[in-house]
Order: sequence, then C-alpha cells, then structure tokens
Amino acid sequence: MSKSVGPVKRKFAPWLDPNAKPYIRFEAVTKRFGDFTAVDNLSIDIYEREFFSLLGPSGCGKTTLMRMLAGFEEPTEGRILLDGNDLAGVPPHRRPVNMMFQSYALFPHMSVAENIAFGLKQDRMPKPDIEARVAEMLKLVKLEKFAGRRPHQLSGGQRQRVALARALAKRPKVLLLDEPLGALDKKLREETQFELMDIQYELGLTFLIVTHDQEEAMTMSDRIAVMDLGRMVQVATPAEIYEQPNSRYVADFIGDINLLEGRVAAVEGQHATIAAAGLDRPIVTEHAGSAKAGDTVWFAIRPEKVRIGLEAPTDPSLNVVAGEVWDIGYLGDVSVYRVKLPNGTVVKSTLANVTRLVERPIGWDDKAYLSWPRDAGLVLTS
Amino acid sequence: MNRRLSWFNVTSLTLGFAFLYIPILLLVIFSFNESRLVTVWGGFSTKWYGEMIRNQALMDAAWVTIRVAVLSATIATVLGTLAAITMTRYVRFPGRMLFSGMIYAPLVMPEVITGLSLLLLFVAMDFSRGFWTVTIAHVTLTMCFVAVVVQSRLVTFDESLEEAAQDLGCPPAKTFFAITLPLILPAVVAGWMLAFTLSLDDLVIASFNTGPGATTLPIKIYSQVRLGVTPEINAVCTVMIAVVAVGVIAASLYTKRAQVEKEKAERAAVLQAG
Repeated sequence: MSKSVGPVKRKFAPWLDPNAKPYIRFEAVTKRFGDFTAVDNLSIDIYEREFFSLLGPSGCGKTTLMRMLAGFEEPTEGRILLDGNDLAGVPPHRRPVNMMFQSYALFPHMSVAENIAFGLKQDRMPKPDIEARVAEMLKLVKLEKFAGRRPHQLSGGQRQRVALARALAKRPKVLLLDEPLGALDKKLREETQFELMDIQYELGLTFLIVTHDQEEAMTMSDRIAVMDLGRMVQVATPAEIYEQPNSRYVADFIGDINLLEGRVAAVEGQHATIAAAGLDRPIVTEHAGSAKAGDTVWFAIRPEKVRIGLEAPTDPSLNVVAGEVWDIGYLGDVSVYRVKLPNGTVVKSTLANVTRLVERPIGWDDKAYLSWPRDAGLVLTS
Repeated sequence: MNRRLSWFNVTSLTLGFAFLYIPILLLVIFSFNESRLVTVWGGFSTKWYGEMIRNQALMDAAWVTIRVAVLSATIATVLGTLAAITMTRYVRFPGRMLFSGMIYAPLVMPEVITGLSLLLLFVAMDFSRGFWTVTIAHVTLTMCFVAVVVQSRLVTFDESLEEAAQDLGCPPAKTFFAITLPLILPAVVAGWMLAFTLSLDDLVIASFNTGPGATTLPIKIYSQVRLGVTPEINAVCTVMIAVVAVGVIAASLYTKRAQVEKEKAERAAVLQAG
C-alpha cells in the first residue's frame, strides 16, 4: 500500500499510441437541460487503467458528464461507448461502472459492513464470498474495527473510506469519483490522495474523477481534462497542462501565472519577439506557438520562473525588466514578490527561501530587476 | 431569556388549558359516577364500564370502527405515499400544479361536501352502502393528510442514496423497498396513525355513507346522546381518549428517543475523530 508507484506510472501513456483502443469514449456528446447546455459537443477517449480527472469550476458540466457515464442522465446527442459497447438505454443498475458520491450517500439504516455488502448482494454472490470480500475491503480502507458501526457513528474521513470501499467492492472496471476529497480537511486530503493513487494502481482500475481542486487533479492524474462552459479546453498530462497551457483560461485556472499583453514584432519558427506597451525592450521567447507577426498575444510566464534581483543581470540572452517592489508575501518556504512595471502591470516572482535569513535583502519600494531565460515563458493566442 | 412568569402569563395559561381540558376532564370523572344521572355525583364506581362491555350494539359499533379505521388508514397510506413520491420526484410533468392542488383540496374541503358528494357517487353507481362505502369515504378523507406528512419527509431525502443503490446494481423497484421505504418509514407510520385517528372519530362523512350493519362508534354515540347522555357513553369516550392518548404519547416518545440516540452517536463520532 505504501510503496511508491511513480516510475512505473511515468511510462504509462496509451494516449500516445495510435493503436491503443480507448476504454471509455465520449463521442460528440451534448447534454441540454431545457435551454441550458451543460455539455457541448464533447469528445474524449479514456484508456484502461488511466487516472483521468475532469477539472473545472462549478457549472462547467463535469459532473453532468460523469452522471451520463453512470447512467443517471442520457445524452441529448452523441454516444458514450464503454469497451466498444454503446451505453444508450442501459439503466444505471446494469452498467459495469460504480460511483463514489460527493455526499458519500451511505445508507444510514445499514452498518458499515452491510453498506459494503449491498452491491454484492444485488449480484446474488454466495454468502461466504460476500463475507470474504467485505473483510478484504474493510482491510483495504483500514476500517476492520468499524464493521458494525452505522454511518452516523463515523467521522468524515471514515465515511469517505466506507464510500470508497462500497464502490470498489464489486470490482468495477471503472470507478467514478465525484469530488471524493471535497469534505475532508487539508491534511487528510493530502494523505488520501496518495492512498487513492495506490489503490487505483494495485487493483488496475480506470478512475474517472471530477474535481474543482487543481492541486488534487495535478497530484493524482495521468491526464487532466480542463473544462469550461460544457466544453473541453485542454486534455493533457499535469506537466503539459502546467507548462504548456493552450489558452489563458487554462494557464490561469491551473496555478499562478503572469500575463503580459503585447504585439508580435517578428517570428522565426518558434523564436519570436514581442513588443509590450510601456516596456523599453521587447520580450524574446522560444515558444511562439501559433502566433504570427502582427498578432495581439499574451506572453505567459509562471512566477517561479521569473528571477528577481537588486542588480541588472549581465547575460545578454536574458529578458530583463525593471520595476518597483510593490508587495511582498512571505509564505515560509517561498516569498512572493509583486513588482510593478513602468507600464503599471504587476508581475509576480516567487523565490524559494533557501537561506535561513530573517531579514530579506529585497524590501518594499526597492528598485528590482526581473529576468527570465528565453525558453521560460510561452505565447498564448487565446 | 430566563424571564419569570408574570401573573398575566399564569392566568392566560390556566384559562387556555382549562378551556381545552375541563370538558374532557368532566367527562372522564363522570364516567366513574355511581349515579344514573350524568350531572349528579353519586359516588365512585366502575359499573358503567361493565355496562359498556355488556352493551352488544356499542361493542359491534366499536368493532366496525376499528376495522374501518385500520383498513382505510392502510389504503390511504399506500395511496398517499405514492402521491407524495410523485409530487416530490417528478417535478416537471404537465398539470403538476393542478394535481398537487387536487391532492390538498380535501384538507380544506368542508366534510359535509365530501360526505354528500361521495354519497351521490355511490347512489349513482348503485353501490349498496355499508362497511365498504364508509371505508372508501375515509380513504378519500385521510389520503391527503398522509401525502402531506410523507412529502415533508421526502423533501429532505437525499436522492443520491437511491442513485447509489442503483449504481450498485439494485433495480429501481427494489431500491424503493430496500432504501427509500425504510428511511421514510417514520413519516409513513405517522401518516398511518394520523389517518387511523381521523377515521376513528369521523362522524360527518361516515353518517352520510354508512348503511345497515355498518354503524361506527361516533354515529352510535351521537344517536344515543340524542336520547339522553348516559354514564355508559362517558365510559366509552374515556376509553377512546385513553387509546388515542397512549398512541400519541408512545409515538412521540419513540421519535424523541431515536433523535436523542442519533445525536449522542454523532457527538461520539466527532469526539473520536478528534
């Protein structure tokens, strides 16, 4: 349970293999509730054993998408395929997927063991087998001592584990998790994230998780789908989403980012120079994306990739801008400097506090130089 | 807010309770009267209870009343629960407003009108009046009360419990009996008891729709009182009061205890989680 699965998972990338068969396939799915379009012409392929996250703000359609896979909603248009079979018209109780509900939805009139056994009883599994499976599940979620308790006699974290055990008991090929850690406090949430990853790996399951917590999605997922207003904005691995967001929406939704508006002065392959209003030197970047000369674009750079210093760096290949320290946030492990440029834009720079100093050398209202290498940022066109 | 009772509070409370309970108290006291005259105290005796039991007509009426009440409350509970589920679950269907209005109309409908219209229906259908017509009439009367009680419980029912059951492979009909019904059972039982009590003491609707051999206790009491109140009637009424009071108290103690235990367990869980 506790061993790390990192290196194994890193090689897992069936979405790059053109011959790989998707396990779950959403094909041009649209769902409308009256005039409201919750999911808008959306297609995704999810592969076997993948840990896939649907990430987005509330109301972006991510829960609707999951409920359509579970069978609680039918798509207005499009098809959902599971292992090649069209799921249209199959009622929830005949679908080989199980769901862990956001509210946990534990049956209050049944004990922990009865809750876990519920799904197995529906399959008419022989009694000794049910008992063995329940015991196995209780062991998996470390609740052996609580088998006879009722849900209201458990803490929030214990309830979450029962819900997980109940959803896993039938050994579904796909487990759907709706905001599984939303009700837990921060520390418990972090622990449970790793436990979920280990369980998913050990049992060889496909996990589809809905969350609005970007940290949760980043930690656990093989791939993340960022959604907005019923559409898929970007589907990629956590690192790709973070380092190569395809739009300002994704860049801003995942982590912190500085956006500088400007016009493309020249492009040559991926090498581009961008003139930003109010800055005396153009920004040079090696990640021009699809920008063309003359386009209005946004230069995006993460705060931890912006270096800050009191003296101008001498390396001519660096982008350098001067500004005034506007605000400092000391978070312990890092400090966040908000520097106001001559054109009024505030750029954030985070600096790891690697030395044990109580007095930091950079203070309020100091004139500071921000610098970054040419490959540290990227150009966004939308 | 630990204010003391002023003389005004005490007086209004006393008057209020006196107004409510003195007539009932008098009735109970006079059921133990030795004298044949209802308003003259002639010493303590339980002889009228003996008379009551030996009065075959009265006992027959009581037996009819209980049968009608049990049967009509059970039918009303089934129909009322189904109506409540439809009203809370299927939020959008054509004519929903009309349907919900029609379910609740009998709550405020004058009993005379309900009774008379049912009588006209039974006459038109050439349905011979008796035990079954009274039972059907009481179902009509009490179903809306059951629907109101059950609906108030269903409004707070977490529908994801049903979805979870179906997700785990339980077909919808089985889900109702395995998950929904056990959880709304207290409301269903309360609805049944309400329907039972309403049927037990209904005079107006029953007297419109009764027939030979189906005289209920309220009808019997009413017709006897017109010939003069006997202490025997007081005894019957006292028994009825006792039955209803025991039922109501038992039901409220039961729900109260369940609530207290649930809260205690929840506190324990929170403490343990630390």
